[in-house]
Amino acid sequence: MIIEFGHFALILALLVAAFQTVVPAWGARVRDARLMAVAEPAAVSQFFLLLIAFFALMHAYVTSDFSVANVAINSHSTKPLIYKMSGVWGNHEGSMLLWVLILALFGAAVAVFGNNLPSTLKANVLAVQASIAWAFLLFILLTSDPFVRMIPAPADGQGLNPILQDPALSFHPPFLYTGYVGFSIAFSFAIAALIEGRIDAAWARWVRPWTLAAWMFLTIGIAMGSWWAYYELGWGGWWFWDPVENASFMPWLAGTALLHSALVMEKREALKVWTILLAILTFSLSLMGAFIVRSGVLTSVHSFAVDPERGVFILAIMVLFTGGGLALFALRAKDMRIGGLFAPISREGSLVLNNLLLVTATATVLIGTLYPLILEGVTGDKISVGPPFFNMTFGPLMLPLLLALPFGPLLAWKRGDLLAVGQRLMFAAVAALFVVVVIYAVDHRGPWMAPFGIALGVFVMAGAITEWASRIKLGSASREEVVRRAVNLPRSSYGTLLAHFGVGLMVVGIVGTSAYQSERILVMKPGDTVSIAGYDLVFKGAAPNRGPNYREDIARFDVTRGGAPVTTLEPSKRLYDAPPQPTTEAGIYASWAGDLYVVMGDEQQGDGYAVRAYFNPLVRFIWLGTLIMFFGGGISLSDRRLRIGAPMKSRRAHPIAAE
Amino acid sequence: MRILRIVLIGCALSWATCALAVHPSEILPDANKEERARALSAQLRCLVCQNQSIDDSDAPLARDLRVLVRERISAGDSDTAVMDYVVARYGDFVLLKPPFNVSTLALWLSPLLLLALGIWLARSVGRPKNAAEADTQLTQAERDKLDQLLRKDT
Repeated sequence: MIIEFGHFALILALLVAAFQTVVPAWGARVRDARLMAVAEPAAVSQFFLLLIAFFALMHAYVTSDFSVANVAINSHSTKPLIYKMSGVWGNHEGSMLLWVLILALFGAAVAVFGNNLPSTLKANVLAVQASIAWAFLLFILLTSDPFVRMIPAPADGQGLNPILQDPALSFHPPFLYTGYVGFSIAFSFAIAALIEGRIDAAWARWVRPWTLAAWMFLTIGIAMGSWWAYYELGWGGWWFWDPVENASFMPWLAGTALLHSALVMEKREALKVWTILLAILTFSLSLMGAFIVRSGVLTSVHSFAVDPERGVFILAIMVLFTGGGLALFALRAKDMRIGGLFAPISREGSLVLNNLLLVTATATVLIGTLYPLILEGVTGDKISVGPPFFNMTFGPLMLPLLLALPFGPLLAWKRGDLLAVGQRLMFAAVAALFVVVVIYAVDHRGPWMAPFGIALGVFVMAGAITEWASRIKLGSASREEVVRRAVNLPRSSYGTLLAHFGVGLMVVGIVGTSAYQSERILVMKPGDTVSIAGYDLVFKGAAPNRGPNYREDIARFDVTRGGAPVTTLEPSKRLYDAPPQPTTEAGIYASWAGDLYVVMGDEQQGDGYAVRAYFNPLVRFIWLGTLIMFFGGGISLSDRRLRIGAPMKSRRAHPIAAE
Repeated sequence: MRILRIVLIGCALSWATCALAVHPSEILPDANKEERARALSAQLRCLVCQNQSIDDSDAPLARDLRVLVRERISAGDSDTAVMDYVVARYGDFVLLKPPFNVSTLALWLSPLLLLALGIWLARSVGRPKNAAEADTQLTQAERDKLDQLLRKDT
């Protein structure tokens, strides 16, 4: 009964979305306040209807109602509760429901918090947002209905893929979708602005918090996925340039560019046309990600999700919104006036460089991802585009970006002094060179470029610290003045500083672990010792164990360093009950210097186990860096001046210019 | 991220057991040769997997290829000779780094071309669009005069 109720709510949400698409947009056109006003209650009720549908499905999962086909196929009665709940979005149908729920959540949030938006803009934004929701709701109801019954119900479900029964993974999709879908707001704002033909700095001020929120969630969502892959898949890799990874990475790159160009638009009214285009493209890339993941065009080896009907439907949605958006852009963009003027060497100029490099990088990833598909379609030749290609093309584009990053925030708007900024960055440059010298002096066995890569990360971090020091006049003003400035520095400035610092830290982690990973592969018998990166691991043997829904063999390694005990690692091999599938759980000892990472292999004939031991130097910095980026975004978002609905109010006697 | 693919494409079986792709018994006694074999393996695609190198994959075919690469290296082949040998048998598809030829020209050159296009487009950004706007800029003589006035002021 609850399932039918949820199904009904889903259908009702489709009707509400259709209504919300047509009526407010018409109201905005004929300037009828009553017609426009229906957008808000419609957006809120659409959200609550989808919430009902979502919880109806979750109820079926929690109570293990196997008369629902989706539950029977993807859940199992013995699964721990948390994985029953996360199982809702661990499959195609449920994850689409989560997708539209978040879409509606953003729409409802604009309806509720967007009090300061002009009424026509708000009506148009909510109408565009509803049109996206409508398209996806139709997609769900026609091709991917999660509420279909299975009569007679099976005695038990088929279970969730055990590799997905993991806490980090439970929360990875919601974060990721919030990021993907969050960019829909930027898209809706862009389309609404094009419909009205009026775009100004205020537009960027409204759009930026939403974009920032979406960017934050996408950042943490991607990071969680990468972290999970690192500890769960069992060979210490954290990024694979896989089509599906690229599908999430492209909107992130474009979204990062959008954040920066919207800044120029807000402060200086420049780059308006470009920012609108970027807003359309960012969400289009999100849609394309959905298409790549769900159509199976790029993963044809595996047949589970290869469903032509679904693929074509999502392709149609993508073409409709991307094509429609771009066509509207082509029609209207020429009417938009070019904004503020600036010299090439200026804050604006640095942000143009940022956009140039980020967008070229996005396009490179896009071409690399789709090229094999296109080539095969055109000539029939089959080629592979793998990590070596992306490392060779993407890396060189990031190099100037990172090198220029510390300069940008220190340059003045309109016309900057590169030499003066260079002098202020002396400390950062010296710190970076110092790192190179130290690495070479201490011990260097990796690639010759690696110390420079780490130095680049240090340069970015030290640059962020330099920027902070110069904003609070550290060293040049009195102590009281410095403290006052540090306290009064706007949160958005702290957010930028933190995010940039996080980027530097991430670079250090990426270079460190890529260049200096060490590895031992061998067969070990109980009592054997293996040495890696200064640690000695003694294999104490393996013993069987019984978990809640799996059996496992746990191995024990006593880890010592220079004779002193460090820890005991217990990697295991699991066999899940339903579906019966083996997984490996790595034993990881984390420290600031790096992770000791041990994986168990099969038992060998003639006694002993295959063992793989890694040392991944500085690897934690990758995720620590992204976490800092996430919090930087959050702090920026908490700045009153950025929040929707917050009027400019000078609460302090001497506010510091928010540069 | 991998997750999405696994959730939606259901390829987890190929992943779950990939932890020990390179088996201890495959490893060559000569550390230099083994290092070369590992470097080459990372460039070769596991043909039955999704975008995995044979170095990462546990599939039997990947194992066969790893052994083949090691055999060629042990037989004294250079890195290029080994790659040529593998490509001759499996085609360009096996290379994770696509070769530079007519059909991949667009792939390899596009990042450079796009960057050039971007620079060309960005060149006019922030500049005055027409003569009328440009005229609002100060001439050198006006600027000198302004400097003089400002200096007098302070």
